[in-house]
Amino acid sequence: MSAFLAIIRRDLLLAMRRKSEVLTALFFFIIVVSLFPLGIGPEPQLLKKIAPGILWVAALLSTMLSLNRLFATDHADGTLEQLVLSPTPLGLLVAGKIVAHWLTSGLPLVLLAPVLGVQFDLDASALGILVGALLLGTPLLSLIGAIGAALTLGVRGGGVLLSLLVLPLYVPALIFGAGAVEAHISGLGATGHLSLLAALLALAAFFAPWATTAALRVSLE
Amino acid sequence: MPFDPGNSRKAGFDAGFLFRTPISGTIRPSMLSVSDLSCIRGERRLFSGLGFDLAPGEWLHVQGENGSGKTTLLRALVGLSPPAEGEIIWRGEPTHRLGEDYRREMLYLGHHGAVKEELTPLENLKLAAALDGRSLDDREAMAALHRFGLKGREELPVRFLSAGQKRRVLLARLVTRNAVLWVLDEPFTALDVKAVDMLSALIGEHLADGGLAVLTSHQPMPIPGGKVARL
Amino acid sequence: MSNRIIHWFKFASPQSFYPLAGKMIPWFWALTAVFGAIGLWISFFVAPTDAVQGEGYRIIFIHVPASWMSMFIYMVMAAWAGLGLALNTRLSGMMAQALAPTGALMAFISLWTGAFWGKPMWGTWWVWDARLTSELILFFLYIGFIALQAAIDDPRRADKAGAILALVGVVNVPIIYFSVKWWNTLHQGASVSMMKSPSMAQTMLWGMLIMALCFWMYSIAVALMRVRAIILERETHTEWVKELPEVKQ
Repeated sequence: MSAFLAIIRRDLLLAMRRKSEVLTALFFFIIVVSLFPLGIGPEPQLLKKIAPGILWVAALLSTMLSLNRLFATDHADGTLEQLVLSPTPLGLLVAGKIVAHWLTSGLPLVLLAPVLGVQFDLDASALGILVGALLLGTPLLSLIGAIGAALTLGVRGGGVLLSLLVLPLYVPALIFGAGAVEAHISGLGATGHLSLLAALLALAAFFAPWATTAALRVSLE
Repeated sequence: MPFDPGNSRKAGFDAGFLFRTPISGTIRPSMLSVSDLSCIRGERRLFSGLGFDLAPGEWLHVQGENGSGKTTLLRALVGLSPPAEGEIIWRGEPTHRLGEDYRREMLYLGHHGAVKEELTPLENLKLAAALDGRSLDDREAMAALHRFGLKGREELPVRFLSAGQKRRVLLARLVTRNAVLWVLDEPFTALDVKAVDMLSALIGEHLADGGLAVLTSHQPMPIPGGKVARL
Repeated sequence: MSNRIIHWFKFASPQSFYPLAGKMIPWFWALTAVFGAIGLWISFFVAPTDAVQGEGYRIIFIHVPASWMSMFIYMVMAAWAGLGLALNTRLSGMMAQALAPTGALMAFISLWTGAFWGKPMWGTWWVWDARLTSELILFFLYIGFIALQAAIDDPRRADKAGAILALVGVVNVPIIYFSVKWWNTLHQGASVSMMKSPSMAQTMLWGMLIMALCFWMYSIAVALMRVRAIILERETHTEWVKELPEVKQ
C-alpha cells in the first residue's frame, strides 16, 4: 500500500515539475470548447442543447493528449523497467499511475467544466449534473486510456494510433456522460445515466489495471 | 501430489543464507543456475544451449560482440523478456514461479539512465526505494550518494548533472537496495577512473558478503575471479 | 483423452497446419460457390417483391449476412487471441491476424449496403440508427486492431498486443452496442428496423441464412489463405519452408 501511495506521490511530483504539460492539455480543453460557438453561431438555445456533447468530446480529446505521457516518459528513461522489476506487484503500481493521471488530467477538467458550462448558459442544476457525470466519467477515461497507452508504448506513430484504439472504446462513456446532462435538461432525470456510468467505472476499475499490466509486460519484452 | 511452494522456497532461502559466508575448500551449491537457455529476438536465434551456475560470492562476466545478445540474456535473466527455451533457477525454483520473491532479491541496472531528470538524486533514491515497498531515511540515502562522490549535488535536479554523475545516482541504488543478485548491463560506461575503482570495490564487497553478480562489459574487468560466458 | 490433446496440438504448429490449410481451402471455396448460387437465386428469383419497400429491399440479402459475419468474426478473433495468450501457441496469433481484414471488410460491406438501402428507404444515405452506428464503431475497432499489429515490428509482440486489444474490444462490443441503443431510443432517431417488417416471408429468412452460410465459408477460405501467407512470411528462415515445392521454384 505504501508503494501505491509512493507512485502517486512520485507522478504528482513529476507533474508539478513539468507544469507546462498539464496546463497545455487544460488549455486545449478550453480552446476546443470555445471554438464550437464560433463554428456554429451564437444562438443560445442551440448552444445550450449541444453544450454537454461539446464539453464531453473536448474532455475526451484533451485526455488523449495527456495519455501519451502516461507510460512513455517512464519507458524512455528506463524507470518503467524498474517498476516492472520491483518486488511490488505491477498491478498496484499501474493503478497508482492511473490515479495520478486522473488527478493531473481528469480532475482539472471536472473543476473547469462548470465555468465553461456557464458560457453555454447551463443552469446551476445542469452544471451540478455535468460535474457529477464528469466525476464518474473522467476516471473511466483514464482507466481505458491506460490500456491503449500501454499497448502503443514505443510503437511507430504511437500518438495517433493511441487515439484510433482508445476513442471507439470511449463511446459508452461519452453517451452516458453527455446523455446525463441532456436527460436532466429535458426533464427525464439523470439517475439512470449516472448509475450506468458508475457501473462502467466499477467494471473498468476492476479490469483495466489488469489489462494494462499485461499490455505493459508485452510492450517491454 | 501436494506441493507447497511457500514452504520449499523458505527452505531454499535458509540454505542460501547459510552459505552466504563462503568457507574455502568446500563446494558451495549454486544459488542461480541456468540451463539450456536460448533466446530469440525478432525471428533470429541469438544463442542457444547456454548454461551456467553461480554460487554465493561468484560473478559471471558475459562477453560477446555487439548484437550477440548480451542485453537479451540479462533481460531474460531478470524476467523482462522470457527466454524461448530453458530454465532459470533461483534458490532451487524457477524464477517465473517465484515472481516477487525473486525480484526482491535481485537488482537489474540496464544501460538506461533509469533516473528521473526532474527529481533530485535524493528524491530519486528515496522514491525508488518507496516503490519497492521499502523505506529509506535521508541519512542512508545521503551516505549512498556520498559514497559515489555526489556530495553537494543531493538537492540538484538530475538534469543539471553530467552523464557520469547521472550514472552514479543510479549506481547508488546498489548500496541502498540490499539485493543478493546484481545484474548489471555495462556498469562501467560513462564512469571516470575514480568511479570505476569505487564501483569495482563495491562489487568486490558485495561478492565477499556472499552476493552474486552478472555483468556485461567490453573492457577487461577490474574484479578478480569470475566465470565467463561468451556469446 | 491425452491422445486427442496431442493430436490437436500437432496442428497448432504452423508447419503442420500449412499443408492442412492448403487441403481445406478448395473445399471451402466450393461450398462458398454452392451456397452463393443457391442464396442469390433465392434472393433474386424466389423471394417475393416487398409490398412496402419494392425491389430495393433485396440488398438485405447481402447486408444482414455481412453484419452477422462482422460481429461473429470479431468474437472468433477474440477467441483465437485469448487462446494464444493462454496457451502461447503461435498459430492462434496468426489466425487472429488473418481474420481481422475479412472482419473489417464485412463491417464495411454492411455499412456500404446499409447506405445503399437507406437512400431509397429513408431518402438519405446515412441515419444514426443504433445498428448502423454500432457497426461503424465495430469497423473502427477492426481498423484499430489492424493498425496496432501493423505498427509493431516484432511479430510475437504484435500478436500479444493485438490479442489484449481484441479481448478488451470483445468485452466492450456489447457495452457499446447497448449504449448506442440507449442513446438512440433517448433521441428517438430514425430507428427503422429491417427485421420489423410485419411479415417477413419464410423464403426471405431462408435466403438470408443461406447467404450467411456462403459468407461464412468465404471468410474461412480467405482466412486460411491469408494464414498460409502469414506462415510463409514469418517462417521464411526455417528449413521446412525452404523445402516447400512452391517456394523452391
